Amino acid sequence: MSEEMQGGIIKKFLYVNRRAPYGTIYALESLEVVLISAAFEQDVSLAFIDDGVYEIVKGQDTKASEMKNFSPTYRALEGYDIEKLYVEKESLAERGLTEADLLVPVKVLSRGEMADLMESNDVVLSF
Amino acid sequence: MKLSVLVNEGPYTHQASDSAYLFTKAALEKGHEIFRVFFYHDGVYNGTRLMVPPQDDRHIQKRWSELAEKHKLDLVVCIAAAQRRGLLDENEAKRQGKDANNIAPGFRISGLGQLIEAGIQAERLVAFGD
Repeated sequence: MSEEMQGGIIKKFLYVNRRAPYGTIYALESLEVVLISAAFEQDVSLAFIDDGVYEIVKGQDTKASEMKNFSPTYRALEGYDIEKLYVEKESLAERGLTEADLLVPVKVLSRGEMADLMESNDVVLSF
Repeated sequence: MKLSVLVNEGPYTHQASDSAYLFTKAALEKGHEIFRVFFYHDGVYNGTRLMVPPQDDRHIQKRWSELAEKHKLDLVVCIAAAQRRGLLDENEAKRQGKDANNIAPGFRISGLGQLIEAGIQAERLVAFGD
């Protein structure tokens, strides 16, 4: 239905996640856009840079802050055919994190490669 | 050029809201087409008709509403972002059992699919926010 509505146009959408998950609402509302975009059969990728890498760190516990822990949703993205997740190497290193600390499989890119990824997408939404 | 605009920040709090308006107005004056303006995050507050700014200041909601009327702009407020922030149209107020609505003239409330569509259909989607 959605594809027909858009006249069969498929664009490359990149969602750039730059903020820690609970300090502001951007991470949660970014995830809501990503989930909706899955229904539009577009070519979707996610990038995690800066504090955005904290969005997909394992073992999040939000009980004490009374906020909803939405991190399990990242694991569900695969079910929506959203499988292209990229993380910036420098952002992980600057925060003392490694790929093993993340709750989903990702491709780690250098800062330069991340710039190329952004360049290669049609619609870049940064949250 | 066919453009879409995304407004991610609230009025008065953040210049993004002013910049988005000024950009949209300038683009229209230069003869560009604005496919849609989509309001997300605190940007949804641009569409409340209950804002009452001091008289010697700009009226951000009225500015949008007047621009929409003049150019038949499609101003869309994200329903999910609007609901959690207390922005309702008549239908939503009824559906949620609320006693009032506050959507401004020229704005409509709809789903995030409208943002995706704005990205697909426009040549450029220009986002305003941090």
